[in-house]
Amino acid sequence: MTEISTSSITETKKFNIDTVEHAAKTPDTELPWAELGLKQNEFDEIVKVLGRRPTGAELAMYSVMWSEHCSYKSSKNHLRQFGDKVTDEMKKDMLVGIGENAGVTNLGDGWAVTFKIESHNSPSFVEPYQGAATGIGGIVRDIISMGARPIAVMDPLRFGAIDHPDTARVMHGAVAGIGGYGNSLGLPNIGGEMVFDSVYQGNPLVNALAVGVMRHEDIRLANASGKGNKVVLFGARTGGDGIGGASVLASESFDDTKPSKRPAVQVGDPFAEKVLIECCLELFKGSLVEGIQDLGAAGISCATSELASNGDGGMNVELTSVLLRDPTLTPGEILMSESQERMMAVVTPENVEAFEAVMDKWAVEYAWLGEVSDSGRLIITWEGEVIVDVDPRTVAHDGPVYDRPFARPEWQDALQADSFTGSDQDAGRPSAPAELAAAVTELVASPNMCDKSWITNQYDRYVGGNTALAFPDDAGVVRVDEESGLGVALATDANGRYTYLDPYHGAQLALAEAYRNVATSGAVPMAVSDCLNFGSPEDPDVMWQLAEAIRGLSDACMVLGIPVTGGNVSLYNQTGTTPIHPSPVVAVLGKLDDVARRTPSGWREDGAAIYLLGTTAAELDGSEWSNLRGHLGGLPPKVDLEAERALGEILINASRDGMVDSAHDLSEGGLAAALVEASLRYGVGARIALQDVLDRDGVDLFTALFSETQGRAVVSVPRSEEVRFKDMCTARGFEHLRIGVVDAASGQLEINGVDTLSLDALREAHEATLPKYFG
Amino acid sequence: MTELPLIGEAVAVAAEPRLAGAKIGVVTFPGTLDDRDASRAVRLAGGTPVELWHGDSELGDVDAVILPGGFSYGDYLRAGAIARFAPLMSKIIDAANSDAKLPVLGICNGFQLLTESHLLPGSMIKNDHLKFICRDQVLRVENNSTYWTGDYAAGQEITVPLKNQDGQYIADEKTLDALEAEGRVVFRYVGFNPNGSRRDIAGISNAAGNVVGLMPHPEHAVEVGFGPESLDGIGGSDTEGLGLFTSVLNKIVGVN
Repeated sequence: MTEISTSSITETKKFNIDTVEHAAKTPDTELPWAELGLKQNEFDEIVKVLGRRPTGAELAMYSVMWSEHCSYKSSKNHLRQFGDKVTDEMKKDMLVGIGENAGVTNLGDGWAVTFKIESHNSPSFVEPYQGAATGIGGIVRDIISMGARPIAVMDPLRFGAIDHPDTARVMHGAVAGIGGYGNSLGLPNIGGEMVFDSVYQGNPLVNALAVGVMRHEDIRLANASGKGNKVVLFGARTGGDGIGGASVLASESFDDTKPSKRPAVQVGDPFAEKVLIECCLELFKGSLVEGIQDLGAAGISCATSELASNGDGGMNVELTSVLLRDPTLTPGEILMSESQERMMAVVTPENVEAFEAVMDKWAVEYAWLGEVSDSGRLIITWEGEVIVDVDPRTVAHDGPVYDRPFARPEWQDALQADSFTGSDQDAGRPSAPAELAAAVTELVASPNMCDKSWITNQYDRYVGGNTALAFPDDAGVVRVDEESGLGVALATDANGRYTYLDPYHGAQLALAEAYRNVATSGAVPMAVSDCLNFGSPEDPDVMWQLAEAIRGLSDACMVLGIPVTGGNVSLYNQTGTTPIHPSPVVAVLGKLDDVARRTPSGWREDGAAIYLLGTTAAELDGSEWSNLRGHLGGLPPKVDLEAERALGEILINASRDGMVDSAHDLSEGGLAAALVEASLRYGVGARIALQDVLDRDGVDLFTALFSETQGRAVVSVPRSEEVRFKDMCTARGFEHLRIGVVDAASGQLEINGVDTLSLDALREAHEATLPKYFG
Repeated sequence: MTELPLIGEAVAVAAEPRLAGAKIGVVTFPGTLDDRDASRAVRLAGGTPVELWHGDSELGDVDAVILPGGFSYGDYLRAGAIARFAPLMSKIIDAANSDAKLPVLGICNGFQLLTESHLLPGSMIKNDHLKFICRDQVLRVENNSTYWTGDYAAGQEITVPLKNQDGQYIADEKTLDALEAEGRVVFRYVGFNPNGSRRDIAGISNAAGNVVGLMPHPEHAVEVGFGPESLDGIGGSDTEGLGLFTSVLNKIVGVN
């Protein structure tokens, strides 16, 4: 492993190289722009920008960089709101904002944190293992690119119906891929989501989040500055995998008429990535790179054009210097290749030797491709002949922007009028004690509410030794500083059904839940990253959903006072012409001054008082219960962001002052799910009486248990803290009711008016579902 | 020797000062994952961790060595098969076999390395259920007379995390019988065999007891708030893995 070859391939291929000079002379040459995913107007624009037809290599670059995936051309006009709706207060901890590989937030004590969530949906449907694996790989490289050491990953997943035969293929592949790749990197997987819904049957959502930390002085940006500085490509060799993946895969929906796209999916090598992480951190430590960029979608096209346009604007690159796995690759393919585990950096001439020493130590291959110039042009040559001569800004930043037409769908009113209450599916609503007990058991055994350890037991949650909370707690918590205990909490949430019923409020509900989850763990919410998974933006209905969701999310961020620091948009998620439910997955990051103060989600101490925080309304539309009964209609639960904020402050203070020994948020599945989960977490039972809730809120017992009213949580309060806790809630004017007591010895969940549920039976029901379908 | 950036600063431990003089080397191979964790465990046990690099040609003056968990060289060949040929490994093998009996602990990938190096018999294959598994595992300390288990009671049950892909311990019947007869089965899975290992074997030692390998991860059960009890509430405490590290430190300073 010590032999390092830095020489270019010895035998250069004899292509009919389409040089810039040749292109200028042959304006009428037919080019495959349509096959590369470009529209006529986009091709015309490229010709206009260049003043001639593009060369084959230039066409490859523009086609990938102007794809929806890379250019955000359909969403850009809307995404601006995340940057516009920001107060000075929200900006105070933001060290690096949207636009870089990932935003950076100040954690205090000289620490900074960076996190980002991204999609890898299409590849994960075509080839679940590799698609999911490289999703983790890509997001982790984004974090390294900022100069950070990655410390944890999470993976929100949405698959088709649990009993559909194809779901097992996606499930086994994606989970094994996330585990196989993530586990090999030494990054604990601290949480995520798993939702089954037939709308994702032909288009599963595989999102991946990574978080990393660094000292303030170590923050790195992706730019190439300083004329004469060297440009180096290092890590894995460039191969034929993922060619055109970005433009072809992510911009088209799946239908049956096209040939299989399997070869377009990238193949991951987690060992190479692990070595790359350590190698990059050593480079950062020695301050050996001026700018750095990971190679993800659009590969070298993206890295060279973004580095150049973010820096002094010029770069000269000799493409035959790129180390290849497959010597038959054409220049265009080399530019488009999405081979994984590669990074590009800018290094001053003085640091070249030290840079090479680090590469040699870690046995990482590298190739010097060229240097930074002040010409304002990105010039790529092939054996000295110019095949690309472009203004890099036109490739990386000035791509097309579309104001896609959007309109509230005609069917939206009818959908919202179709409430679950009183519907055919609501017939025979459980009310007798035995019926309610059966309903609770059915709920917690249902695909979306069941125990997910079949998945999470395939992920390493321990590595690093800093994991303080992980799935199934409300948020994952990781320690950052071993001396002070400073740490971060992270949660991701989305509810496609809510967002389908009302995109504006549905997106806000996703944010509210993630915010609540983070606060429930005791952390102070600080920043947001979002992965907006939607259907085709060319469908005005879908475009309306996207526009509304972004508007809702950005408005809500203002109210909650936490900025969006980065994220990703994934469009064209549909099967044929049927789009997925709009699924804005929202990740919230919070800070804990000392992770020892984190609040777990299950009760433990016998005799602790159980309090329900917040009030309950009859909100069953879009709920898990209505989903179990096959109904989707009406309006999602009301959003009250001020209440979320007030609740958050109570949960954070309660954690800080040691007033609660557990807290669990109420969301999907309502109070019923929360009570069962809090009991099963540590196998500790409880006795619950909800009469006061029914009297105060004017709801029946079924509604109290299954409604999904927001802004609620259950907490257990040790006897010694009860007065103080109540006083705090009262002083803040927040509704709170004592609904029961922790009963450690009973082995039961006893709810007045509901037949007693033994924890053993609940656990059996809760844990049997995934093994039943997936082995 | 390499300097690896830690996430945070070292925890200042006011452990027994008499142990602090004992130096325990923790080897990093390309693809090693739990090296920082092993170093932390040594520190929390009161010893002084020393970072070692697989490519180093000298072992230095360490009193013991830990081969930590991970996926050296991606485990793309057989787990540990390539790392076994690292320059430092030959020094470790010699020192372990010498009269000085250098104490060596192999955890997970480190255990695989020890069998590949023939410091321990048998081998590891893919888990019988073919999936990666991460769980809190109860182990019984079958032999408390090795260099690494002296602080445990014989028969004591401890809970430590287990996480592996290729954790199924196999050996021929004769070898297994010999291991049993010589008391070289050091740890056994209790209640649940997570990977199909023969005779529920979780860890073994060499004849002298200075070399111990085990699949579960005691270094992830050394600190309150970050072990199996805090994460999963599964019995025991967070720190039942710490005994391996205190055992060797006590052995080195001559208490055991």
